[in-house]
Amino acid sequence: MSKVARVKRGAVAAIAAAAAITLVAGCSGGSTESSSAGSSAAGNVTLEFAQWWEPELPAGSLRKLMDQFEAENPGIKVNLLSGPYASTKEQVVAGAAAGTMSDVVGLDGAWISDFAKQGAIADLGKLMSDAGYDQNQLTSQVKVEDTSYMLPVLNFVYPMFSNDDLLAKAGIAKAPTDRTEFAAAAKAVSALGGNTKGWVMPLSLEAPNGVQNDIMSWAWASGQSMLKDGKPNLTTPEITDTVNYVKGLWDAGAIAPGSFTMKEQDKVEEFTNGRVGMMIDSLAHITAIREKNPNLKFSISAVPSTDGFSGKRGIPYASWGIGIAENSEHKAEAWKLIQFLMSDKTNGALATTANAFPGNKNATPDFTGKDELFKTAFDVYKSGYPANEFVGLPVAEELMRGFAEQFQKTLSGDQSVDDMLKKTQDIWQQKF
Amino acid sequence: MVLTTEKQAAQIAGSGPGSGTAAKRKRKINLVPYGFLSPTILLVVVLMLIPIVMVIWYSLMDNVITKKNPKFVGFSNYAEVLGSETFHTAILNTVFFTTVSVAAHLVLGLAFAMLLNTRFLKSFTKAIFRVIYVMPWLFTVAIIAILWRLLLSPNGIVNFLVMELGLSSTSVEWLASRDTALLAVTFINIWAGYPFFMVSLLAGLQGIPKDLYEAARVDGANPVQQFISITLPQLRPIIISMALLDLIWTSQQFALIWMTTGGGPISSTEMLSTFTYKLAFSEYNFSMAAASAVIILAFSMVLAFFYVRYQKARD
Repeated sequence: MSKVARVKRGAVAAIAAAAAITLVAGCSGGSTESSSAGSSAAGNVTLEFAQWWEPELPAGSLRKLMDQFEAENPGIKVNLLSGPYASTKEQVVAGAAAGTMSDVVGLDGAWISDFAKQGAIADLGKLMSDAGYDQNQLTSQVKVEDTSYMLPVLNFVYPMFSNDDLLAKAGIAKAPTDRTEFAAAAKAVSALGGNTKGWVMPLSLEAPNGVQNDIMSWAWASGQSMLKDGKPNLTTPEITDTVNYVKGLWDAGAIAPGSFTMKEQDKVEEFTNGRVGMMIDSLAHITAIREKNPNLKFSISAVPSTDGFSGKRGIPYASWGIGIAENSEHKAEAWKLIQFLMSDKTNGALATTANAFPGNKNATPDFTGKDELFKTAFDVYKSGYPANEFVGLPVAEELMRGFAEQFQKTLSGDQSVDDMLKKTQDIWQQKF
Repeated sequence: MVLTTEKQAAQIAGSGPGSGTAAKRKRKINLVPYGFLSPTILLVVVLMLIPIVMVIWYSLMDNVITKKNPKFVGFSNYAEVLGSETFHTAILNTVFFTTVSVAAHLVLGLAFAMLLNTRFLKSFTKAIFRVIYVMPWLFTVAIIAILWRLLLSPNGIVNFLVMELGLSSTSVEWLASRDTALLAVTFINIWAGYPFFMVSLLAGLQGIPKDLYEAARVDGANPVQQFISITLPQLRPIIISMALLDLIWTSQQFALIWMTTGGGPISSTEMLSTFTYKLAFSEYNFSMAAASAVIILAFSMVLAFFYVRYQKARD
């Protein structure tokens, strides 16, 4: 081989090797900057904030708040990592596993126990103490074994929606307030014939949150609990009575068909199309219902309680929670961002934009010019207390799925309510 | 490959003056081929080999990712997965779903391909049929799932037709009933997947020499005999390749099941894929999920083995 040929061959090999390295580097370099890379040479800090909120808010509104935060905190920049809820969850789970979780993360209460056990999220209590933050202004904190890991920034409550026209057609003058009235109303609407049913209950195993929003909400509305000392306690007479009540509605044919694969959006669709008289749903859907069916007359009230109940009603809710990654190298700056979002002014503004209720007791959302129903819902919210016992439980979604599976068997006639609750209790206890 | 063996180098070394230096030069490994191969090798190692080894390793620990200090537990995760009642249900459902889907894909694909290849229809008519038949292939899984959820809902058009035609007095909960859910998702998968067979088989049909049919007709063969003796043998390589590939793909179908039934009602449409997903992303039991994934990998490798062996035999 001539010298020139050898040189050429060597050059080709070098180029090919360089191409390989570039390719692999290109593949691995596609990820976002880790938090440790957030410090620039000038001493500025860039915080990553992963959440599903931005896509659910009006375009640009969350970025606008971040710009305000950056202006108030020179030297801190915020990089929003936004995606739908499901992909955010997967991203956060993967980040927790790999130790690359974003500095600040949007959290769902159902994830907290697992992240806390894993050591993936930071103790907020310490950060709050270090910053001298007044914790009394918070509506709630999500704790695991007395350590605070998540603050609910906004709460989306789940009151009862009633189709006024359908109820009136069935001879029901006002929204039911207790279980007897509700059963009577549901049966009366179902008796109207056609495709109308009194109530709608989603029990999909893909997204089993119907268990908390549509079944357990009956218990919480009457001050009942599915837990004792933080552990499952499903076999009590109260929970048995609640599940029996829901099964009674099913057996009476008062529930819309298709429950076993129905998801939250299907439930809203049924109500929006005027096919069900009542549903328990998030306030977040009011605007969508109005847009899709402007002619639908509906009202909002508290979830009915047991007959004669006079205590405070628990009102189911879902939160946009927030926390800080344990692997973050900028926890103090991350806390500043949380503090900004939890301040009464910002929190109130965010609640107004998101049609939600604030996580800061002192913040007041401005419902001026908004649908009257928001004000009603806010009154319902203030008269009761936010209740969601799944928040902070281990593998909360799996607990709901286990419950939904057993309940589907019960509704199919495979087992009694007592057996169902015993089995579910056993399944749940294994997860604790 | 330019790499020279020591034996060859020795032969060259003895062949002329100054051959000792030449032999040394020849012994040097030529890096060019490796340079060209290195991107692929690196990608295979980084994107396939390392994840597979990691998953196998995970499957032997008591739990990973959600546990700071996982412990080695041997094959206990495998024992637990294999002993799970839901896993058995998932296997049976997957076998039913896969075999029925593949068989139906094949039969429908072949039937429609033959229809599009027939000389009895005008080309314009064939073009319309081609568009209609290929349409399911154009939709993504998400669209297919939403479309069929709407069609099969208790208030959907399918139930409307069923009741209008007097086939049932009440609406059928196609996806929400244990009696019909597995059949319904299998049907949806058949609807979504037959065009791939159809297009491939149509290409195969168009490649069969017409002389063969003319000769058969001269010999007095009727259309059925022509189909059995000419069409099927000519399409055999495509049919076997497609069927094996479809078996692998369908046995791993996840998105369609997840978005239509979530594996329910109860566990009537639970598949190996949904079972594994729930272990990982609902229970956060990544070791059990890894064990389940390794078992699925073993099943898939058996199918892949047959596919590769068949492809080699063809070559």
